[in-house]
Amino acid sequence: MTPISHTPRYLAILLAMFAVVPWSFAAPPAPPSNLVAEDAPDDVGDQVNLSWDAAPGEVAGYNIYRKVVVGDQISGASQLESVGEETTGVTEPVMPEGPDGPVRIEDLSFADDEPIASISGGETVYLDENVEPGTSYMYAVQAVSKTLEVSPLAITEVPVTPRWDWINKSKLWFLFIMVTISSVVILFVLIAKSGRKVKVRKIAGLEAVNEAVGRATEMGRSCLFVPGILDINDIQTVAGLTVLSNVAKTAAKYDAKLEVPTARSLVMTAARETVQGSFLSAGRPDAYNEDDIYYLTDEQFGYTAGVQGKMVRDKPAACFYMGAFYAESLILAETGNSIGAIQVAGTAMPSQLPFFVAACDYTLIGEEFFAASAYLSGDPEQLGSLKGQDMGKLIAAILIVLGCLFSTLFVVTQNQKLGEIAAYISENILGEEGLALNDKQVAGIKMEMVQYEKDQAFAQTMEQSKKTFLESQKAKAEMIQSRDANEQDAQGGEGK
Amino acid sequence: MIAKRTIPLLLAAIVGFLMLATYFVPETESYGATAMEMFIIISAAAMILGGGNLLKINLAKMSQRRPGWGYAGITLAAFIGTLIIGLFKIGATPTAAVPGHSWAAPIVQEGAPFWWIYQYMIVPLTATMFAMLAFYIASAAFRAFRAKNPEAILLLATAFIVLLGQVYAGYWLTNFLPNLQHLVDILPESDHAFAMIVGTQLEGGAAWWQVNYDGLSFAQFTTLQQEIVINMDASLNDWFWQFLNGLRLENLSDIIGEVPQKAGFRAIVIGIALGVVSTSLKVILGVDRSYLGSE
Repeated sequence: MTPISHTPRYLAILLAMFAVVPWSFAAPPAPPSNLVAEDAPDDVGDQVNLSWDAAPGEVAGYNIYRKVVVGDQISGASQLESVGEETTGVTEPVMPEGPDGPVRIEDLSFADDEPIASISGGETVYLDENVEPGTSYMYAVQAVSKTLEVSPLAITEVPVTPRWDWINKSKLWFLFIMVTISSVVILFVLIAKSGRKVKVRKIAGLEAVNEAVGRATEMGRSCLFVPGILDINDIQTVAGLTVLSNVAKTAAKYDAKLEVPTARSLVMTAARETVQGSFLSAGRPDAYNEDDIYYLTDEQFGYTAGVQGKMVRDKPAACFYMGAFYAESLILAETGNSIGAIQVAGTAMPSQLPFFVAACDYTLIGEEFFAASAYLSGDPEQLGSLKGQDMGKLIAAILIVLGCLFSTLFVVTQNQKLGEIAAYISENILGEEGLALNDKQVAGIKMEMVQYEKDQAFAQTMEQSKKTFLESQKAKAEMIQSRDANEQDAQGGEGK
Repeated sequence: MIAKRTIPLLLAAIVGFLMLATYFVPETESYGATAMEMFIIISAAAMILGGGNLLKINLAKMSQRRPGWGYAGITLAAFIGTLIIGLFKIGATPTAAVPGHSWAAPIVQEGAPFWWIYQYMIVPLTATMFAMLAFYIASAAFRAFRAKNPEAILLLATAFIVLLGQVYAGYWLTNFLPNLQHLVDILPESDHAFAMIVGTQLEGGAAWWQVNYDGLSFAQFTTLQQEIVINMDASLNDWFWQFLNGLRLENLSDIIGEVPQKAGFRAIVIGIALGVVSTSLKVILGVDRSYLGSE
């Protein structure tokens, strides 16, 4: 019988086979290449960086395996011996010594292991944060296809042993600069302490503090001190409190009322201590009222609204804004201005400084704000620290000038040494590349120089071709012009 | 004295040096993190002090009928209401894990009264306060830009340029000065799209042989297109053209922002960084003790 009636069934089976064949016979993906495991720098030896080149073709993900090994100082692979695998913090022997002696690196098997991590196919780096310092590890990575087929393992060539770093080497220059500046500050503090007079320029904003408190006293109105909206762990708040200490002392002397609304409970507590101490040292402990230093809210604009309302209702004669401010700076300063208060502001928020400059009578810009405590107290120890700051500025200025100079000279002369000095200043001294120029940096400079030469040569060639091009265009235009002129002449002749 | 001065100074010094060390010594990072956690715990505990103070001050104000006592009542009602609703998670839908107990629901749950208070009361109020900033900027600018002295005149002129540079008026006022559009406009209309794209690349610093258009490089352009590129490059790199182009208000505004403003900003930031180092050092070493109360 002719199997015509069966044809659709055979066809269906055939189609099904075609549909299945590409999947069931799909080759497993190729493994990733160039797998490298390196000790993560500047840590306590608890991290290993893994990187590899992506496996060719479409990869859904990668499985990462790790094995504890003995003998990281191997001179040959045959000395490598696998002793166990860390799984849940317990080291269990999973790969005993082979019958013929230590297991060779090539024979390391991860076949029975569970991956320590599985990551997506788009990634080619992994940070293993679950390793012990001083222990050696071998890693293996395998690619996983979308049909969950796995590639052969790519295994690291040598074991990696994470090391404990006592100091972050990339930040050594920063440490050196900080120690230098700190030493200079301490030196000048000691010099000032020994009795040598320290000359400090007049800061109008700080001179105005006494004037402002005096004015408030004369007018019989209060002084308002706003210590910013950040917590006590911000150095600007601490600097603000040191200014508050001096303002409070003046207020106590003049018998003026001082109010301090705060946006943080800890700032309120610290401000109370500060003001109480100032009143005590001014000989007016009886005038201190802790209710004048109060908490409003942590919410930025809620606090702003509260202080603003206080200003409008009580109309303080002097307003001080000393601390960290954000968008509320202008709202507060403008409200203070509208009630006619004398206003002194100080902050290290560069974005808020223009607002304070526009709306306040006096503004302490950045470093002036931090110098306020020393300036107001007149304490020679503190004044000495200002001189130390000046030395810091000198170091910064020298580095800026040298950096600009060497960078410019490198661009002009293309001298490798100059390039290295410029790179050293910007990437090592001011960056995080450590104490010495590394090979990568030197290679980068060389590459830059080669590229520059290539660009110059290419530019010359292109300029030449441009010249030729323009000349040919000019010649073409002249030819067209003369042809047109000839045609016109010819037409003119025919006309005649 | 020891409790009030010595112990706090000692604590400040220890924690200060520890936080400093975390930046340089990897081993101390975990100790630094612990110190920060301690700060958060202390800070949270201090909230009780803050809340207590808020209650005390506002209750006193209400009971003494001081001016503005009504506001104190509103503050207290809002504070206590939000506290109770948030603390007891009133109206929150219980989770499947702990059915029947709304207090086990997540703190922020869409649709719950606490979420509603935040979403429909705090957010609009905050936005309102923030929006008021626009009016304050206008009034501060009006006062700051009064030409009282040479510095104020300079500030006024700079502000005028920067403000105009941000709006269409600035473009319109100095549109007679050359720009890329002018170079494009003198070409036949069929070349406009090409000229604009390659001109933008030339303006961005590309060399004339580096420009590309529609996936084609310079060498693949037609002769006419190559001529356009070379002519535009010559015009755009002419110093006088560049000078006049720089005088356009939108460009002048950018130059002010990128050069003098940035230089000044960086100088301020360097000063601030040194001030932070100095102040921190004074606090850590106990040279400046004024934040603990004066001597």
